[in-house]
Order: sequence, then C-alpha cells, then structure tokens
Amino acid sequence: MATITLPKAKGYERPLILDWITTVDHKKLGILYLYVSLFFFAVGGILALLVRTQLAVADNTFLSNQAYNQIFTMHASAMLFLFIIPIWAGFGNYVVPLQIGAPDMAFPRINALSFWLFPPAGIVMFSGFLVSGGSASAGWTAYSPLARTLGTGMDLWIIAVAMLGVSSTIGAANFLVTMFRMRAPGMTMFRMPIFCWTVLVTSVLQLLATPVLASALVMLFIDRNFGGNFFDPNGGGNAVLWQNVFWFYSHPAVYIMILPGMGIISEILPVFSRKPLFGYKAFVFATMGIGGLGFSVWAHHMFTTGAVLKPWFGFMTFMIGVPTGVKIFNWLGTLWRGSITFETPMLFALGFLSMFLIGGINGTFSAAVPVDFALHDTYFVVAHIHYVLFGGSVFAVFAGLYYWFPKIWGRRLNEKLGQFHFALMFIGFNLAFFPMHLLGLDGMPRRIATYNDYNNWELLNFISTLGAMLIGVGMIPFIVNVVQAFMRPKDQPNDPWGANTLEWWTTSPPPVHNFDDTPEIHSERPLFDLRQGSPGGH
Amino acid sequence: MAAHGAVAEQHKGELSNGMLGFILFIASEVMFFGGLFSAYFIARADSAQWPPEDVLEQMKLAGTAAQSVKLELEFVLPLIATFILVSSSVTMQWAVMQIQKGSRTGLIWGLFISLVLGLTFLTMQMYDYTQLPFSSGDTVWATSFYTLTGFHGAHVAGGAIFMLVCLVRAMNGQFSAAHHEAVEACSFYWHFVDVVWIALFTTLYVVG
Ligand code: HEM
Repeated sequence: MATITLPKAKGYERPLILDWITTVDHKKLGILYLYVSLFFFAVGGILALLVRTQLAVADNTFLSNQAYNQIFTMHASAMLFLFIIPIWAGFGNYVVPLQIGAPDMAFPRINALSFWLFPPAGIVMFSGFLVSGGSASAGWTAYSPLARTLGTGMDLWIIAVAMLGVSSTIGAANFLVTMFRMRAPGMTMFRMPIFCWTVLVTSVLQLLATPVLASALVMLFIDRNFGGNFFDPNGGGNAVLWQNVFWFYSHPAVYIMILPGMGIISEILPVFSRKPLFGYKAFVFATMGIGGLGFSVWAHHMFTTGAVLKPWFGFMTFMIGVPTGVKIFNWLGTLWRGSITFETPMLFALGFLSMFLIGGINGTFSAAVPVDFALHDTYFVVAHIHYVLFGGSVFAVFAGLYYWFPKIWGRRLNEKLGQFHFALMFIGFNLAFFPMHLLGLDGMPRRIATYNDYNNWELLNFISTLGAMLIGVGMIPFIVNVVQAFMRPKDQPNDPWGANTLEWWTTSPPPVHNFDDTPEIHSERPLFDLRQGSPGGH
Repeated sequence: MAAHGAVAEQHKGELSNGMLGFILFIASEVMFFGGLFSAYFIARADSAQWPPEDVLEQMKLAGTAAQSVKLELEFVLPLIATFILVSSSVTMQWAVMQIQKGSRTGLIWGLFISLVLGLTFLTMQMYDYTQLPFSSGDTVWATSFYTLTGFHGAHVAGGAIFMLVCLVRAMNGQFSAAHHEAVEACSFYWHFVDVVWIALFTTLYVVG
C-alpha cells in the first residue's frame, strides 16, 4: 500500500493587487469606496479652486467663458455624484454590517459590482475634457435647451451618471436586505444604531428615486442621439418636462447626500458627551419623515417656472423643517449636561451642527415662495448649497473619518494636527461661503464667468477666494496626519473611544469574518450597556 | 448567495434574501417606467392636441418632418400581441405550479411555451415597428411612443433570456419542488413585464 504525503496546506494567498480587485469583503470594498471618492473630492476641489481663481477679481480673463462653464459643471458633478453619494456608500459598506453584527453584506458579489461601476463612471465623466467641445457644461442639473445641444462631453456625462445610478440602485437594495435580514440575534429594528437607520432611509430614497433619474437621462440621451423631442418645443416637447422628472430625483437626492452624515453625527455626539443619544425613537421617525417628505417637495425647485401648485409645495417645504428641527433638538439634548470632550471627531461634529443650522435656516428662508423668486439663480443659492453640503456633509465625512480611522486602519490620527485641520477648514469655509450670502442678496447671479465690480462685489469675491484657498491649505495637515499614521504600527484597542455600538466590540481592524462572538444586545447601544451595567431596553 | 453565518433556513412562506432583493430590484424598475410614463402624461397635458397634429403640421412646414408622416397606430396586431403576452404570464405561472408539485416535465413545457409566446410577442412588435407611418423624431408623441414601447420590449427580451436560462437549467434537472427559486424570480419578473405592457397598451392604444 502506497502512502502519499501531502504538502502542508498553506493559507490561500494572492498578490495584493489581485486580492483588492477581486475582493467581495464589505470592509475592503468600503475602503475602496473611501479612497476613490476622496480622490474625486480632491479633483472636485481643484476644479473649485480654479473657479474661485477666476472669480477672485472682477472682469478676470483667467478662464474663458466656455472653460468656466465646463469647470463649474464638472466641479458640481464630481462633488455630488463622485464624492458625496459614493462616500456614504463607503462608510455604509464598512460600518453597517459591523454595527448590526453581521459577517458581511447580504450580497457580497453584487456589492463588488456596485463598487466597480463607480471608478469607470468617473473616468467616463472626466473623459469629456478630451473630446472636442469639451466636457459637459450645462451645470449638474443639465437643463435643456443647453443640454440638448452640447457636444459629446454631454453624452459622456449622461452615461457616467447612469452608471452611477445603477451602482447606487443595486447598492441600495443590498443595504436594505442586509439590514432587514442579517442583524445579529437580539438586534431588533429598533435597536439598530442611528447610522444604520439613516443608511436605511437613504437606501429607500435611492432605490425609488434613482431610477427616475435614469429615465430622465434616457430621455435626454434619446433627444440628443435619436432625434427625440421630449424637451424640444419645436416637436411639441417641453424643457420643463426635464425639470419635473429630474427634480423628482434630485430633491430626495438632497437627503441622500445629507442623511448618512446626520447618522454619523448622531454616533459621535453621544460618544463624546458620554450619554446615550437623546430621543432615539424620535430621531428614527424624524429620519423616516424626512425621507417621506423628500418625495413630496420636489417641485419647490421649480417655483419660478410657474408650472406647479405653489402654496402646496411651499407648505411641504416648510414641513421638512419640522423633522430637521426634531433632530437638532435631539443633538442639543444629547450634549446637554454631557461630560463633553473635544477630540477631533467631536470638533467636526460640532462644526456640522453649527453649519447645518445656518444652512437649514437659509434653506427654509428660500422656501418662502416670494423670496425664492428674488434669490433664485443668485449666489444665495450657492451659499445655501455649500452650507448644507460642505458645512454639513463634508464636515460629517471628516468627523466619520477621524472617528472610524482607528477601527478601519488600526491607528489613531494625531489630535494636534486634527485640531489644526479643523480650524483651517472651519475658518476657510466660512470665509469662502458666508460672503456669498451677501452677494446673493445683492443680486449677483450664479453660473457666470465674470462680473463687474458693482457694489464691492470684487471685495466679497476676493475674500471668498481667500477662504477657498485656506480650505485647500487645510487639507495639508490632514494628509500629513494620515501619512504619519500609516507609518506607525497598528496599536489600537477594540474600543479606543469608549463607544456604544457593535463595531467597537471586535478588533481594530476586524478579522475577515468580523466577529468571533457578539455580546447580548438589549438596546441600540450594547457597549454602553455593558460598561454601565444597565441594559436599557426598548 | 447570502454570506456565511446568517444563511437561515428557508422557512415556508418566508422570502429568502435573494427573493427580497429581487423584489426590491423590481420596485426600482417600476420607478423607472414610472418616470417614462409621467413624462408621457406631462407632455400630453401640455399639448393642445393629442396626438399633436398641430405640431406635426408645423414640423412639415418647417421641413423637419416628412410629408408622408401620419400619427396613427395599428390596433389589431398589438391587441393580438397583448393576448399573447398575457397568455404567456398564465403559462409561466402554470410552470411554477408544476415545479411546486415536483413535476419537472411540467416545468420544462411551461417554460418552453412561455418562451415561445414571449418571442412571438417580440417578433410582432418588431414587425409593427416596420409598418408604422412615423419615426421617433416626429413630435414628442412619437418619441414617447417609441421610448415606452422600446424599453418595454427590451425588458421582454431580458425576461426571455432569464427564461431561457431557467429552461436550460430545468432540462439539466437543477430544479425541484424544494429548490426552484430562480423560476419564481423569473415568473415575478415576467408578470411585472406583463403588467407594464397592459398599462402601456391601455395608455397608448385604448385611451390613445
Ligand atoms: C473648496 C471648496 C469649494 C469651493 C471653493 C466651491 C466653490 C463653488 C463655486 C464658486 C460655485 C459656483 C459656480 C457658479 O455658480 O458659477 C460652486 C458650485 C457648486 N458646488 Fe462648490 N465649492 C466647494 C466645495 C463643494 C463641495 C464639497 C460640494 C458638494 C459636496 C460642492 C457642490 C457644488 C454644487 C452642487 C455647485 C453647483 C451649484 C449650482 O447648481 O449652480 N462644492 N462651488
């Protein structure tokens, strides 16, 4: 009888690159999402600095009209479609399965598909700069008649946004099934961490709104390439038709871009106040309320087209203020009498809170119909957008990065550099965008490449440009911080912050399968309960 | 498909993760067609006439539409096609019931007949396209007609491919009374496509 000696089994090894390209692990895909979307944040930021350079002085000739239109369009498109929306998918991918105690997403391979549609879409969108006629230049809202007649860059833009739409639609279905079906024993729906809830509502919005965007893109593509007449009055079509369908997507999309940020803030404030989130259920219902109302207010963007029932939509837009107010109340209630410490994640969270207040107030302001007529298409709108998306979402992105950095990469970012980063960004941000309110009230139109020095517009614009540069400089301490952290060994314990949710139960970074065991879960804050010995159930 | 740990037993009557995901996917498809339909209705509400003969006259005068163009649809052929597609939904459901009872032969026949009916529908639609006296650029009415029916047709084609895959797998004996999830998913999809067509037929041909 012959005996065969088998070589000792080795672990399954692949070259590192191949490992990342073929991965279906939610943590690795999450990291890839973070890297790629931060890359596009940098690209979008450079475009923004070009825009601000052009606007620094009156009657500037740094950029031609045409170049300006391409650059501000691509700035907005990159920031929205290639940065904010996908970076939430990145945080969601990394954090959601960990927070609900699951080993992975429900459909790991579909998850990989969602991710791998994203970088090619970015390349397609930016390849517009290489074709004759240049990139898309009709603004990120792509209104006709301009969007019907531009060059090939516009088609590339349409294809890219459609790819991203498919990516986020299937991603949304994946998140929903994951949260409905993969929760650890004991984790009821009403014990899911707030961040998961915000991703859940965001996913519902994405699942139902993004396909409508896809239908609008299809129509635009048909108009442009197959002689269609959807948006052409000469063929019986109507440019407002685009606006109706597009805003049915884009209004919910505004919440798609901010809700997960609110979730991140709601994870961070309790941890650094050392108190549970004040009013967990109210917060969940407010999130659902925002999601529901998001669908009913789309037409407020079209007040000035005169095509919609104004009083109704004005009222609904005010209504959105109610759940948002509830949330602000939740956050302030959480801070109230907490033993607050100011680590960098907390700084960014508080920055979010203050900026979001301003953005929310001036948004409600422009919901008043007569005001909207006056401010529509002025810099007031640009100020509002940035107070919400930069002061809100981007501050939340950095809050989340500083907060989860120890979990994801096993090292902690330096506090001093973090504070420096925050200070530069906060000051730069307000310098850059506060003057835009004044410019808007004074009637300076948006989307223009040059202006006359009317009423000190030049001074205000110059301050704004300085602020933008300061934001850019502010990224240097962040990058230094990250590079230095990567040069240190991984040394973080499971729970460096004294946090509340399950991702801090496992090691930093977690093993491939996430958990060796999960603790008993009696509330939305299992680790807090363990520390305090007080299972406060719902 | 579901990751390790949580591959729960499939309880009777409870949807699997895969089915739940598939239903969510169909929901997103409903919204996609919702967008196209609402565009149709908005365009219609904005028009003085429907079909917009007045616009067509203008286009003919401006030379952007050929003189021979008429905004008219054939009715009988699409009506027959509608019956065929609805029948295929019935045979598809019959196929599902067969495999639930454990009959593989029934499943194969059910899928085969549904597939043939689906392909017949597509052929008739393509023939219909060649006969129509207008093309996609002849007013927004024509554009939305071709867009709606075209995207529906593409979905029928997708469903037919799904069916073909199920048929091949059925012939390889991969389905049983306990395991035939793909067939169920396929039937959901097919019914969805069928319902969209009924909505389309009513909108475009009956209401007009
Ligand atoms: C360094 C930071 C930034 C600067 C200096 C900046 C600057 C600007 C300026 C000056 C405009 C107006 C262009 C015009 O109307 O002619 C603009 C538009 C826009 N920006 Fe930014 N931006 C920055 C960051 C961001 C971020 C982070 C986001 C989103 C996450 C964003 C989203 C947008 C959008 C959506 C528009 C288009 C507004 C419209 O529809 O007219 N920006 N940006």
